[in-house]
Amino acid sequence: MNGGEDAPMSITVKDVEHVANLARLELSEGEKEQFTGQLNAILKYAEKLNELDTEQVEPTSHVLPVTNVMRDDVVKESVTVEIALKNAPDEEDGQFKVPAVLE
Amino acid sequence: MALFDLRLQEIHNKLTSKELSVGDLVDASYRRIAETDTSIQAFLTLNEEGARAAASELDNQLQQGGERGLLFGLPAGIKDNIVTEGLLTTCASQLLRNYDPIYSGTAVKKLSAAQSITIGKLNMDEFAMGGSNENSSFYPTRNPWNTDYVPGGSSGGSAASVAAGQVYFSLGSDTGGSIRQPAAYCGIVGLKPTYGLVSRFGLVAFASSLDQIGPLTKNVEDSAYVLQAIAGYDEMDSTSANVEIPDYVGALSGDVKGLRIGVPKEYLGQGIDPKVKEAVLAALKQFESLGATWEEVSLPHTEYAVATYYLLASSEASSNLARFDGVRYGVRADDPDNLIDLYRKSRSQGFGDEVKRRIMLGTYALSSGYYDAYYLKAQKVRTLIKQDFDNVFNNYDLIIGPTAPTAAFRIGEQVGDPLTMYLNDICTIPVSLAGVPAISIPCGFADGLPVGLQIIGKAFDERTVLRAAHAFEQHTDHHKARPQL
Repeated sequence: MNGGEDAPMSITVKDVEHVANLARLELSEGEKEQFTGQLNAILKYAEKLNELDTEQVEPTSHVLPVTNVMRDDVVKESVTVEIALKNAPDEEDGQFKVPAVLE
Repeated sequence: MALFDLRLQEIHNKLTSKELSVGDLVDASYRRIAETDTSIQAFLTLNEEGARAAASELDNQLQQGGERGLLFGLPAGIKDNIVTEGLLTTCASQLLRNYDPIYSGTAVKKLSAAQSITIGKLNMDEFAMGGSNENSSFYPTRNPWNTDYVPGGSSGGSAASVAAGQVYFSLGSDTGGSIRQPAAYCGIVGLKPTYGLVSRFGLVAFASSLDQIGPLTKNVEDSAYVLQAIAGYDEMDSTSANVEIPDYVGALSGDVKGLRIGVPKEYLGQGIDPKVKEAVLAALKQFESLGATWEEVSLPHTEYAVATYYLLASSEASSNLARFDGVRYGVRADDPDNLIDLYRKSRSQGFGDEVKRRIMLGTYALSSGYYDAYYLKAQKVRTLIKQDFDNVFNNYDLIIGPTAPTAAFRIGEQVGDPLTMYLNDICTIPVSLAGVPAISIPCGFADGLPVGLQIIGKAFDERTVLRAAHAFEQHTDHHKARPQL
């Protein structure tokens, strides 16, 4: 994919497939078509922001003047293993169980 | 007069004089739900056993006398994206249809401390993404004023349940208008507090820099009471504001003399329904007659807000919703080939269309090579939008306009056209980006459907917002109108 400010503003089914892979989504052929059209429409609308010169503008990630809020590093009571696993789709020996990571 | 139309103080007096019990209040709530919710579909989960147990405990306490909580005995509905220990919390998503939280959100705990009663969990757009409740993966909530129309969203169940008299009040969450717009569409009062005033701990995150919990009520006084109960610093939320919580109910003096109101020309321009505009102008005239003054002002970057919002909120959502992978909670897909396949299948089967669309948009905006062009650009425009508000608030106490450019639309009317749907939020999104507080209150009707007036204040100046809203309410009857159900 090309990058930067001059990136082509029209995305293809191939781009949608790439992004779906990043987002860990599996899309049907119909969904790929649909999202390609809709994302293009939304991104085209978002091009509007390029009308504004923001070279000298600081980004706002957050409206509150707080950064890096820390708490004291003290041990506190936490949930038990049993409670933590209450919603586990699968578990074994007090741990969340998933399929093999390596084939 | 219906029980839940009584003022909070009147209900508390009746409880004191034993004319009424907490059990009666809870009965009234479930009776009304039984009568109306087959058509409104506001609730996803009821807490009947828990509520009745809590009611009998409060009735015992009433017998013994002593201190009572601020919201003692009042039946409350909770939006289903705020976790409630032991009570299903689904975010209206198939992915979380079996999720049984192991803790309660801070706002819910604060309601318990104020002794209100949780009646059940309220329907919403899946993961709070949407403005019509049509994105609930279970069933759409309907507008009590006309069940062919949407209640708004994403807190559509929260608004409809209050409008239908099913609960005394509810909690919702607002990211780009999700409390204010459904409150407007359903003819009730909805308050989005300043970002950081109410703890987000236990609110399932959509867009963390914008999300905020707030009350939906039938009048402004109740809004002040509920805010009083839920506001405050919380060490469990690192974006919680460490500010002193003032007396909100005490701010309701009825006096708006000398208040300076700015009315953004961008909110009354293109795309606004003439009947909505008429109702807003009539409301401004009312403020004038009460001794406030208003002038037209400009928030020049308004036209960029919707694009900015969808890039930022979707980017944050794509990151926040990465946690839903079928590993620790939620519904796991059957027969995955391997771990990556488990993620993919669980997410693809569990998420609905709009959620996938926003995850895709956000992932794209954050992906390598596009970050500067989309995400960073949007953060910079957010600064300009915030500055618009700062500039107006240098000279004015409040900003007033419509909550939404139109009244509610028909169910199904805007499905398949996400961009049009997004533009319904043109008057609420800039406020969210600026992080300032705003309330929507009823100010009339357009073709039989309620119209909302939006009153926007300076950061942490909920007192002035509530004071103005309350003064307006004292001199008008819009908030007394009830749907025929």
